Amino acid sequence: MNLIILAWSYLKSRPLTTVLNVVLLALGTGVITLLILFGNQLEEKITANAKGVDLVVGAKGSPMQLILCSVFHIDFPTGNINLKEAERIARHPLVKKAIPMALGDSYRGFRIVGTRRDYAELYAAELAEGKWWEQHLEVAIGATVARQLGLKLGDEFVSAHGLAEDGHDHEAHHYKVVGIVKPGGTVLDNLILTNVQSIWLAHDLEVGPAGNAAPSNLVPGHLAGDSSREVTSLLVQYRNPLAVIQLPRFINQQSSMQAAAPAYETARLFSILGVGADVLRGFALVLILVSGLSIFLVLYNSMKERRYDLAIMRSMGAGRGKLFTAVVLEGTFLTALGTVSGLALGHAVVWIFAATVPQAAASGIQGGVWYVAETWVLGGSLVLGVICSLVPALQAYKTDIHTVLAGN
Amino acid sequence: MIRVKDTSYQYAGGTRMVFPDFHIPKGKHGVLLGESGSGKTTLLHLIGGLLRGHEGRIEVNGVDLASLTEHGLDQYRGRHFGFIFQKNHLIASLTVEQNLLAAPFFAELPQQEEQVDALLAELGLEGKRHARVQELSHGQAQRVAIARALINKSALILADEPTSALDDRNCDKVIRLLMEATTSHGATLVVATHDQRLKSVLPVAVQLEAHT
Repeated sequence: MNLIILAWSYLKSRPLTTVLNVVLLALGTGVITLLILFGNQLEEKITANAKGVDLVVGAKGSPMQLILCSVFHIDFPTGNINLKEAERIARHPLVKKAIPMALGDSYRGFRIVGTRRDYAELYAAELAEGKWWEQHLEVAIGATVARQLGLKLGDEFVSAHGLAEDGHDHEAHHYKVVGIVKPGGTVLDNLILTNVQSIWLAHDLEVGPAGNAAPSNLVPGHLAGDSSREVTSLLVQYRNPLAVIQLPRFINQQSSMQAAAPAYETARLFSILGVGADVLRGFALVLILVSGLSIFLVLYNSMKERRYDLAIMRSMGAGRGKLFTAVVLEGTFLTALGTVSGLALGHAVVWIFAATVPQAAASGIQGGVWYVAETWVLGGSLVLGVICSLVPALQAYKTDIHTVLAGN
Repeated sequence: MIRVKDTSYQYAGGTRMVFPDFHIPKGKHGVLLGESGSGKTTLLHLIGGLLRGHEGRIEVNGVDLASLTEHGLDQYRGRHFGFIFQKNHLIASLTVEQNLLAAPFFAELPQQEEQVDALLAELGLEGKRHARVQELSHGQAQRVAIARALINKSALILADEPTSALDDRNCDKVIRLLMEATTSHGATLVVATHDQRLKSVLPVAVQLEAHT
């Protein structure tokens, strides 16, 4: 016999109320856990994917769309930009590095990106098998692509125009898998990488050697200043902090292109999503407060029913402090049970979501991650449990043995 | 065992209870007899340390109860007294065994399983060890309450109206059981009651006058 058994026995003696309180609290803390898991992982993924990209230069249109398309590969291109103009930007003294992106084709839902090898270096990607592309139409595929499509080294495929699985096929040209990239938890896992010329080839455009003309600073092996060729966008790294102010203004005002900063656009995206998250969080907090109130009421009422128990315990030698502790323990048990269920619920929902929704799996969101913020949820709920049981515990503390047992 | 002298108790803004001087020696079971309003429950609670603030002197086992601190009184109560009430007041959320072990737990004494075994056997409650309180008959519940009062080997067993709701046959059975059990555990039984049937059964009788 001890206080834990005693507190637990009281919870067991009214199973329906206990379950109701646990469920109420579990819903509240579950939603909070869900927000923590999604919010943090989304932010981590976004930060990891936008790493090393200071500015994206593309065709005029929505800057958010440009970022979503060129950095996160979840939206359609805003259009194309002229290679000659793009080269001009790449030569700008404030630009340290410019990586071209040729987008628009896909294979069974996975994007084909015509770029340079330093795009993969941006994410410190390594090969699991094979080699990086060297010839036109050679591709290195991301880990998720390889797993989901069952592609192996040496496999060939034809690309489709657009991003849908049933787009028009470019049947004349076959891509060949020469490398498979190790999984890195970035957007690279879901991409098929090749050189820019391969994309042009697939669209029946000629790609010739540079010959004697100066080679392009963006597309190695192509001649410079070719205004008949286009790319989708440029990923730009600044040379120095001065570029933060000058470069976007220069591009937006003095060219037919637009420049968008991933940092700014993702912050904007978060502030838009944030409203929804705030509403959910508010709702969850209301649930938690209501469950706190409910726990208080249950304990408060049960103190009246339990006054004989309390008096008997005191007659057996229990000090006031012991009864106080027993009630606080009961409230804390209840909230601990609810919160642990809520945390488990949140993780389970994310886990099921990641296991059943392909987009979630592709984005790399997992249910089995623990964040420090969850410890705060647990701690906060335990404090709530203590607070809710303070007044009932005080009633227990003040139990007058004589009055109760004498029945007057 | 119990010595009461010049004792009275003043209820806040109410009646003043004055009690006669008496002495109940160790091993001699006693009865505090009186009609309702005579203060027999008040006196029993004062003797048992459930109520504080009396005037005069109440000595139990040579200890002046008024000299104990609140915490000291809690401890003294847990170790030296066993209580039996008219309504048995078992803790309904606990099993029979847990109800019995609650007594040594709250008195901060070692919890001994063998004692539970012995008491349950002695009172004919074998097989009820893990039963819930709601599953017990009234008689069984009363025997559990008696076992709970005895488990700490208390020197004094205080019973408040243990028989008043019973018919003659059951009254006799219960008081004999109480006396046998307390005697076999070397304890002294004191019963507070208005039940005149007990007057002839218990060796020492203290008559309390009704206060107006």
